[in-house]
Amino acid sequence: MIRNFFRKFYLFFIFVLLYAPILTLIVYSFNASKTRAKWGGFSLKWYSSLFENKAILQALSNTLLIALLSALIATVIGTMASVALNSMKSKTRTFWMSMTNIPMLNAEIVTGISLMMLFIAVGNFLSLFGGSITFGFMTILIGHITFNLPYVILSVMPKLKQVNMSTYEAALDIGASPIYAFFKVILPDIMPGVLSGFLLAFTLSLDDFIITHFVKGPGVDTLSTKIYSEVRKGIKPEMYALSTLVFITVLLLLLIVNYKPKQKNNAKV
Amino acid sequence: MSNKLIDLVGITKSFDGELVLDDLNLYIRENEFLTLLGPSGCGKTTTLRILGGFENPDKGSVIFNGENITQLPPNKRQLNTVFQKYALFTHMTIAENIAFGLKIKKKSKAYIDDKIKYALKLVNLQGYENRMPDSLSGGQQQRIAIARAIVNEPKVLLLDEPLGALDLKLRQDMQYELIRLKNELGITFIYVTHDQEEALTMSDTIVVMNQGYIQQIGTPEDIYNEPQNAFVADFIGDSNIINGTMLEDRLVEILGAKFPCVDEGFGRNKPVDVVIRPEDIDLLKPEEGTIQGVVTHLIFKGVHYEMEVMANGYEWLVHSTDLFPVGTQVGLHVDPFDIQIMNKPESEDEEAVSIDE
Ligand SMILES: Nc1ncnc2c1ncn2[C@@H]1O[C@H](COP(=O)(O)OP(=O)(O)OP(=O)(O)O)[C@@H](O)[C@H]1O
Ligand SMILES: [Mg+2]
Repeated sequence: MIRNFFRKFYLFFIFVLLYAPILTLIVYSFNASKTRAKWGGFSLKWYSSLFENKAILQALSNTLLIALLSALIATVIGTMASVALNSMKSKTRTFWMSMTNIPMLNAEIVTGISLMMLFIAVGNFLSLFGGSITFGFMTILIGHITFNLPYVILSVMPKLKQVNMSTYEAALDIGASPIYAFFKVILPDIMPGVLSGFLLAFTLSLDDFIITHFVKGPGVDTLSTKIYSEVRKGIKPEMYALSTLVFITVLLLLLIVNYKPKQKNNAKV
Repeated sequence: MSNKLIDLVGITKSFDGELVLDDLNLYIRENEFLTLLGPSGCGKTTTLRILGGFENPDKGSVIFNGENITQLPPNKRQLNTVFQKYALFTHMTIAENIAFGLKIKKKSKAYIDDKIKYALKLVNLQGYENRMPDSLSGGQQQRIAIARAIVNEPKVLLLDEPLGALDLKLRQDMQYELIRLKNELGITFIYVTHDQEEALTMSDTIVVMNQGYIQQIGTPEDIYNEPQNAFVADFIGDSNIINGTMLEDRLVEILGAKFPCVDEGFGRNKPVDVVIRPEDIDLLKPEEGTIQGVVTHLIFKGVHYEMEVMANGYEWLVHSTDLFPVGTQVGLHVDPFDIQIMNKPESEDEEAVSIDE
């Protein structure tokens, strides 16, 4: 009995530690009073003033657009890369798999700075021919595609390995072209992996701060960089509301990523 | 059954430096039921995959109807394959599976529906249109795989151990089904198996393979009654394969005893392999046999008794419907035409084969 109680208490304690900060944030986002010192009653006013803030809304739309586009593009490229990886001999595959995994282990700040350097270098090179690179939407997008790619590959590869390749050959055998066979036979089988790769990429892009911080230009912001610059000026309760919304969105997306493929598998078994 | 439909000329294939097929030559006639038979790993599937276009041979060519198709991709070949694993499209219904090839060929809806009905009837699975592959038994899935292949009206159907995963009873039923199918469709079957009984039951022609070499090509009767070497004799059914010496035409010495036989032209005092099928040995009273021995093992096999008889230092495998208890003194007799004489292997490859076995 007592052991059982302690077990439960311990679990509870851990979760308190994990979630206390974010809970505080969420609670304060509903605080009618402007100061953190006292509870002024429940209110949604920070949420409504948040949605009247043009700059924030612009950052929100940037964030969503970049998350969507970068996840889409990374999913397409990543899936194609997985197919190529999967058809390699096992030694070559192991090598290229580790090559794609390294950027994931790399500190984000390193990835961010190196991307920035790369854009500057390419910009310098282009300037020889009268071209240029402006830091802004495009550079953020490219940066996000880059760091999303390994995650897509990571979630598509296991599915692809499970695919019974003789179904693909069977499709070719009865007249399908390789591309048709891929879309009709392989893709439906790896779809759970592709979808979770997409959602993972979307989520990562949505809440990325460090890389975005380095590759964004002046005046172009995503939510996370916007929050950061607002907070530097002084913390406004709107930011609590915004952070709450970001947290809940990411939480929901993660729940979907983690549960959706599993349910599918269970249904099959 | 006259003209060559497919001709494999000098096919050589290796994987990672390991030779799997070595200069394989084989032709298949129209409307033939040809079986590739051999132990696991001997290159049967590889041969079939080269025919289907899933592997390219390192050397040699595949001639189909007089046309060189070695480089033609699988989707352009008039051959269809039934794979070792069923390879049905799991997210499609049975009807969609069967219609897959027809839709690619842009056939009309009415034509496709007709074909689905016809194919399901042919494989005895009427009414299964809307089932999913997962909900079918192994035998049913394999029949759907066959249906999916034949609706495309291939000239040749390649079957890679299609009955390998089925239990004995179902396998026997399916063997008859396949023979019936072949007769109804009038197409050429190239069948792969490592089950010698299956090969003997179903085939017009059997190709016995080992380690990438063709050991013998012939009708089931040829292969069974006149194996050309010890490997074939051993692989096709149980056999007594004994060292012997051909003393002269029509007389062979085995284990010190002289047996009259019907083979000629081996020369005098030539070492040979002698094959005697267990059912061809007659057990008699000791004094009536060519050699004498004692029964050491006895197993009841249903239709016959299987016995081992120790005689002149060799354990003879004998099948008989008469019972001779263990310990009985018996005489062994073999009719001259039941003795099969084979030259000892000459080439190193053949040597390797017989040592392995
Ligand atoms: N893609 C491949 N890569 C490397 N080796 C291969 C490949 N395919 C076949 N082999 C090798 O070639 C040899 C012949 O294989 P194959 O599949 O043709 O044998 P099989 O006669 O069909 O055997 P089984 O009865 O077990 O199906 C085997 O040693 C196998 O390991
Ligand atoms: Mg095989």
